[in-house]
Amino acid sequence: MNPEQTWENPPAVRRQQILAETRTVAMVGASANPSRASNFVATYLLASTGYEVYFVNPNATEILGRPVYRSLAELPVVPDLVDVFRRPADLSGVLDEVLALDPLPRTFWLQFGLFDADLARRAEAAGLEVVMDRCLKVEHARFAGGLHLAGFNTGVISSRRRG
Amino acid sequence: MSERQQQDRAWGFRTRAVHAGTVPDEATGSRAVPIHQTTSYVFRDTDDAAALFALQKYGLIYSRIANPTVSALEERLASLDGGIGAVCTASGQSAEFLTFAALAGAGDHVVAAAGLYGGTITQLDVTLRRFGVDTTFVPGTDPADYAAAIRPGTKCLFAEIVSNPGGEVADVAGLAEVAHAAGLPLVVDATLATPYLCRPIEHGADIVIHSVTKFLGGHGTTLGGVVVEAGTFDWGNGNFPGMTEPVPSYGGLTWWGNFKELGFLTKLRAEQLRDVGATLSAHSAFLLMQGVETLPQRMAAHVANARRVAEWLDADPRVSYVTYPGLPSHPHHERAARYLPDGPGAVFAFGVAEPGGQRSGGRAAGARFIEAVQLCSHLANVGDARTLVLHPASTTHQQLTPQQLEQAGVPGDMIRISVGLEDPEDILWDLDQALTAATEETP
Repeated sequence: MNPEQTWENPPAVRRQQILAETRTVAMVGASANPSRASNFVATYLLASTGYEVYFVNPNATEILGRPVYRSLAELPVVPDLVDVFRRPADLSGVLDEVLALDPLPRTFWLQFGLFDADLARRAEAAGLEVVMDRCLKVEHARFAGGLHLAGFNTGVISSRRRG
Repeated sequence: MSERQQQDRAWGFRTRAVHAGTVPDEATGSRAVPIHQTTSYVFRDTDDAAALFALQKYGLIYSRIANPTVSALEERLASLDGGIGAVCTASGQSAEFLTFAALAGAGDHVVAAAGLYGGTITQLDVTLRRFGVDTTFVPGTDPADYAAAIRPGTKCLFAEIVSNPGGEVADVAGLAEVAHAAGLPLVVDATLATPYLCRPIEHGADIVIHSVTKFLGGHGTTLGGVVVEAGTFDWGNGNFPGMTEPVPSYGGLTWWGNFKELGFLTKLRAEQLRDVGATLSAHSAFLLMQGVETLPQRMAAHVANARRVAEWLDADPRVSYVTYPGLPSHPHHERAARYLPDGPGAVFAFGVAEPGGQRSGGRAAGARFIEAVQLCSHLANVGDARTLVLHPASTTHQQLTPQQLEQAGVPGDMIRISVGLEDPEDILWDLDQALTAATEETP
């Protein structure tokens, strides 16, 4: 059986709730290189969301004028959501780091291209909510209206005022 | 927030035809989509402007690239076609040009159906050929013939779901298989079907183009086009360096690397629409939106009228042939039933027999028919609320010899009809009296 068929992301309504309940975000694997996707996502999170954003990368000292932390354990807060931009082989170690935090973050989020059903089940068993193979920027823009302005199909049907 | 109580729901087509893309805005609560008749948008500050220009945040800069009224139509059309998103354009022709311009450059190659709409043929064969993009036009609909035309440098396969006016139906799934085996996207013009009758993405197409001017707008008032993408094609497969190489005008980002499944449409908007400027106006988007809201009801009525007219013509001895794939005699009747189960649209052709029952050469009879219609409008468009007729041999193709007309698939006796929403009895009355006038007179 294809393992990718054994695990599904939370539905759109739940993803919207996760984003609404999130105040602090740690970007693990954030890059100082402007041509990397993580750097590009960071520019969006800083400019277009109210999130408090922390960068984690042992090989960088400053990203977009902000400090970079060597590990999740060194952050001044426990983030609500951990957004991971690392190679597939590193994901298990990142989850170990997340599970060592006290209290636990609420959401373990893996970016585009990262999907590991066994890892997701391990995270869920420990009490984390998991989103995989989704871009935090795209999902935020889907519900905040930015994606709509760019002509994309947000799937949002509502007779209530936006916002 | 009320959305929190909302359940995830797969909304129906008719619901999305009136709701998708138009969540009431926070500031005014306007229920209908407002017409944002403005060229440009005030930045919050210099950081805001810089981030917008670098595509780091979503937002509005200048209406050539995006406008909120146009965005509403784009999301609605993307939703109806089952795509990831859409880019609207000034016309169907410009939707095609932007797509070709995004996919191909000088030295590249396109494989296209030979039976395409004439304007698409000339865009590829004249303008794009002069720009160095070569096109092979493939007769017929056999996917193997399209596969044989693919060569190094080919960038896409292009076909129409239903050809105009021959009524050939593309084998979308077969073409998609051929295209994907070569690492290429399948582009389908679905203008005559509209998403109500066929959604090519469900059959494997990667990009869908419509002239929104036609049945989607539906009232013959407004030009517009749209490009919808499925969002499932692998633009990083090595065949599309324009998607994977750094883009200097946007700080070295790459469309595929930075935007992934949103990359193609982001490029189409931020690069092709920016550079070509074939933009849909806000007022046009508003007018077209009014049409889209009744698309399901109108298309059902168009198809019902078209079926009645086609069957009536088919049974009339003054008519030599009818090219409606809804008729069992059409060679693509079964394929039409597969891809367009609710009916193959409302545009087709028929031949006016010469007095005495001559099978061919009815150029004069066709012209007399056109001169005699009283309800059907003689003009060069399809997909109006009104019934439209055109005699190619005396208008668009009048310079061709009878032999050339046959080669072009446009016999001299051919009338193209786009069946409208009138009472079908009235359409039949007009066709009947015009056929009488055309076939009784002796030349």
